[in-house]
Amino acid sequence: MFDLAAFIPRAVAQGIPLLFGSTGEIITEKSGNLNLGIPGVMYVGGICGVIGSFLYENSLADPADMNSFLAVLIPVVCCLIGSLLMGLLYCFLTVNLRSNQNVTGLAMTTFGVGFGNFFGGSLIKLTGTDVPTISLGATSRVFRTTLPFANSLGWFGKIFFSYGFLAYVAVLIALLASYVLDRTRIGLQLRAVGEDPATADAAGINITRYKYIATCLGCMIAGLGGLYYVMDYANGIWSNDAFGDRGWLAIALVIFTIWRPNVSVPASILFGGLYILYLFIPTGKNLAVKELYKMLPYVVTIVVLIITSMRSKRENQPPESLGLPYFREDR
Amino acid sequence: MIHIAKRKEMSLAQASLIRAIAIALALVTCGIITTFTTGLNPISVYATMFEGAFGSARKVWILLQELSILLCVSIALTPAFRMRFWNLGGEGQILVGCLAAASCMIILGDRLPNAVLILVMLLASIAAGAVWAVIPAFFKARWNTNETLFTLMMNYVATQLVAYFVIVWEVPKGSGNIGIINQSTEAGWFPQVAGNKYLLNILLVAFLTVAMYVYLTRSKHGYEISVVGESTNTARYVGIKVEQVILRTLLLSGAICGFAGLLLVAGTNHTLTTTLAGGRGFTAVMVAWLAKFNPLVMVASSLLLVFMECGAGEISTAFGLNHSFGDILTGIILFFIIGSEFFITYQVRFTRKEKGGEEHV
Repeated sequence: MFDLAAFIPRAVAQGIPLLFGSTGEIITEKSGNLNLGIPGVMYVGGICGVIGSFLYENSLADPADMNSFLAVLIPVVCCLIGSLLMGLLYCFLTVNLRSNQNVTGLAMTTFGVGFGNFFGGSLIKLTGTDVPTISLGATSRVFRTTLPFANSLGWFGKIFFSYGFLAYVAVLIALLASYVLDRTRIGLQLRAVGEDPATADAAGINITRYKYIATCLGCMIAGLGGLYYVMDYANGIWSNDAFGDRGWLAIALVIFTIWRPNVSVPASILFGGLYILYLFIPTGKNLAVKELYKMLPYVVTIVVLIITSMRSKRENQPPESLGLPYFREDR
Repeated sequence: MIHIAKRKEMSLAQASLIRAIAIALALVTCGIITTFTTGLNPISVYATMFEGAFGSARKVWILLQELSILLCVSIALTPAFRMRFWNLGGEGQILVGCLAAASCMIILGDRLPNAVLILVMLLASIAAGAVWAVIPAFFKARWNTNETLFTLMMNYVATQLVAYFVIVWEVPKGSGNIGIINQSTEAGWFPQVAGNKYLLNILLVAFLTVAMYVYLTRSKHGYEISVVGESTNTARYVGIKVEQVILRTLLLSGAICGFAGLLLVAGTNHTLTTTLAGGRGFTAVMVAWLAKFNPLVMVASSLLLVFMECGAGEISTAFGLNHSFGDILTGIILFFIIGSEFFITYQVRFTRKEKGGEEHV
């Protein structure tokens, strides 16, 4: 029998990194920057958090001395700084130097994944264990602390309250981003920059500033997705390449939600569910079919992409200038 | 104040000089980062990389073989890029090519004479790659569906499709691997030319590179591709059927990617895995772009990236470093080259207040 109460929490846990990634990428794309470096940024965010908390845990004589406030603060700050630097790099290359965004993004992904695996591998060597992983159990326990009454509420608690705080942060950020994009002046101006930078420029909007802030903020949010994955989903265990292709799935989610962070909340959980559906569907001995189920999120994204382009409703289109550099004198 | 203006055109010598400066700066930065993170002498690291890429005749052959595959994929993506069609689906198109070739080897391996089998594999892999590229092209031509994202998603569909067949054909059952296909009969393997395993691949790609250069610069098709890339409106105005050009070009692009898949399966690896394409679909995007979509220059740009890859393998064994260190160095070099393009396309003039024009990050 399909166990919904077991399925949903796992789908949510699987979906939260995607939610962080897609919210970050939506904000970035609204400014007209197509950042294909998001998978790399999420790796960097994850490993920077790991490095921070690794140094903190090892600086303590006894793990019991751990201050839970610092245990959260240090990885989060490290993660944000790491992803911010990636964002600044992307902006410097694409906004100031007007480089091709696809190429810059792909180079960032190469760099970021390499960065994550290299420092992951180096830390693993430092710990001197035989297993190719870094285990940050103590920090992870703090990240995974749930509300005290979660266990007393049965299935209801399990579905809604069984997550670490970052999961709720992800939802809040997505809803907030949606509000800012749709309901505030800043959001309107940001969308103007992404749709038609020349017109926005003429209206007195500082294009460079908007692109920088949106892209860097987007990278920081996406980086948190990497941190959530290591600290919460993976129980504080970093192993190289474990994050896999989730970064690309986050980019798929951007299209799937038609550039709406609030839609991304249920959609990321849906994608998380599709990602692990193969574990819950009884296929008997036929393991091969499970591989076909893993195709689902991508196929669904393609279908959405096709349908939105066929209906060609104006509000469902990608930002008009997505992927194009802006040069004021280039009319 | 800094004033930025677009340049008319820069001579090749000047542009090459700027790129050379960028690479030199990148190497210095990489050296500093190497010392900083690993405490090693950067000169000896570079020497080891060089050793790893060119150290012995066998290493040079491996380098050339890797170069030929990467070059083949870059050649494949180029016509699409010249049309400003961002085909990021190289990875998937290679994989379906691999899948088609491998399935022919498995199913028809002992039923057809080798020459016929290889011909069938050729047709199947080319067709598979072409289909994989034409699907997004069709929707792009008909409904202007975003091709960057579409082709990107097709990669993962292809990966899972391969994963499915790997399990269907796994040997032994439950291992999750196919292993070497037709190891005893060598059915469907490319013949060795002049006693060398890799020479045939290299010759085929060399021919393809020149052919693509001629096609893009000397043929009517190549001209139409350039016009569509510059402006679809202009293309329509002069009577070019844009939809047809998009479909035709992507058919070609996908077909060559599929052919690269054939080279991987029949020429070198003789197996099928989900990671067989090894990120070449993405690396090739950068190779093609670095060469400004000129097939002949791509020989140089793919050499650079393959050198980094082969060198990284050597430093990881020689110094006990993680293999990913090579990715970091590659990333840094790419950032510098990407940044240097700005100084080739644009002219920076300083008026009155002096401010340093920074090139590196």
